[in-house]
Amino acid sequence: MTLAMLPFMLAFLLLVAGLYAIVAKRNLIKVIVGILVLDYAANLLLVLMGYRTPPVGKAPVAPILTGGWAQAEELAASAVDPVPQALILTSIVIGLSVTALVVALAVRLYEKYGTFDTELMRNLKG
Amino acid sequence: MDPILWILLALLGFMLIGSLIAIETRDLLSSVICVGAVGFGTSLVFLLLGAPDLAITQVVVEILVLVVLVRVVITRRDETHATSRSTLPVGVVLLALGVMAAVVFGVLASREADEDLRLAPFGRPRMTRQVDAAALAPAGRPDLAPAGTEPASVGGAYLKHGLTADEASRGSGAANYVMGVLLDYRAYDTLGEATVIFVAVIGAYAVLRKVGRSRHAGNESDR
Amino acid sequence: MQGMSPIVKNITRLVAGFIVLFGAYIVLYGHVTPGGGFTGGVILAGGLALVVLAFGEAFARNVLTHEVAKVADSMGALLFLLVAVLGFAGGVFFTNFLPAGTLGHLVSAGTIPIANLGIGIKVGAGLFGAFLALAAFRRTTGAGQERADVLQSHS
Repeated sequence: MTLAMLPFMLAFLLLVAGLYAIVAKRNLIKVIVGILVLDYAANLLLVLMGYRTPPVGKAPVAPILTGGWAQAEELAASAVDPVPQALILTSIVIGLSVTALVVALAVRLYEKYGTFDTELMRNLKG
Repeated sequence: MDPILWILLALLGFMLIGSLIAIETRDLLSSVICVGAVGFGTSLVFLLLGAPDLAITQVVVEILVLVVLVRVVITRRDETHATSRSTLPVGVVLLALGVMAAVVFGVLASREADEDLRLAPFGRPRMTRQVDAAALAPAGRPDLAPAGTEPASVGGAYLKHGLTADEASRGSGAANYVMGVLLDYRAYDTLGEATVIFVAVIGAYAVLRKVGRSRHAGNESDR
Repeated sequence: MQGMSPIVKNITRLVAGFIVLFGAYIVLYGHVTPGGGFTGGVILAGGLALVVLAFGEAFARNVLTHEVAKVADSMGALLFLLVAVLGFAGGVFFTNFLPAGTLGHLVSAGTIPIANLGIGIKVGAGLFGAFLALAAFRRTTGAGQERADVLQSHS
């Protein structure tokens, strides 16, 4: 049973790595890298939770109806969960917008203080 | 076991190593490129797990993030002296985060937790379980209950009733179930998401617009 | 920000139309094949970003200006809200009131293609505007740039 929990553990480790970069790094670009890794890890964890093992010998079944009405019954019994996919789709694009906002802040801070280092910014103090 | 699980574990390991390199390396450009590698790994995992919409979106978003970050970093790379020391002792931070993550994961994965809170084993999500449909009737109206059994989570119900063959009780009508969920069953969430993107983009404009005051070298008025 | 070499400019002239066409295809066929409004919008933003990067800041100030991006963003959002409010014709706020049509055709699934179009325009224009603000406009040198030079000479 622990082998079935291993993907979740690795996704949690990725989350912890992103959190560590946000909390403990001085350089603003490293903090932005941490925000990005945290975003990817959260999306990954939710999609991992929605996965359904396909029948033996087949590929994982995406929730798209390509065979007309006749396929709808079989798709309902073997497709992966569409709800996490829909929510993560919006979450990926929101992650891009938030990254754009944070990078804009970093560029503005660089113009004002001349450095990306938060300790030096604290000492310069405007 | 099945090969999907092994390929998935290999990809996740690759992503973990890539993210650790991205966080620890001293050169800013290398760390940005490593984050790009982590993003592409995520896209491969999405493709492997049967989510083609997510894979396409992740690839294109990753390309745009890389372009923007590389443009910002490439002319300001000589800050390497700032990436070596961290704000708090590294051991304390790692210990605290590790304990937190272990506790959360332990609660979610243990067998004694509440049925609704527990993390289902990988490959058998909650929607594979069936509940008696009489329990799904609205409160106080037991006559409205459907017959038979229904899947235990809402995703299974969308899959089962999302498209029906007769016009009278049609579902969303979209062959792509994910789009049907996103724009018909959960359209309000999409409206909220459009609002969030709008606000983030306006925030980026507001931070970066040229201020009305002139910005000569001697004018310190924007302090 | 200048443009790039003539090779990049010629290839962009050939390829940019196809990228925009691909993005429009993914937006319009979102309810039949994988994709949808968000994916197609990001692809559109990427194609427009390619054009601006290849042809330089002069192009971004004359043809694909910031004003165009802002207006297109708002128009996309208004189209999506219009579809939402028109749902009152079916009873509640967001109902899918148009007929469902035949499965797998372009004109099917009620209001979903129109909502996809609104989202695609909105996301594409918004992200392109954010890209312009971040990476294409030259910033005036303020007090920060001089401080950067001072830090460099001291370290």
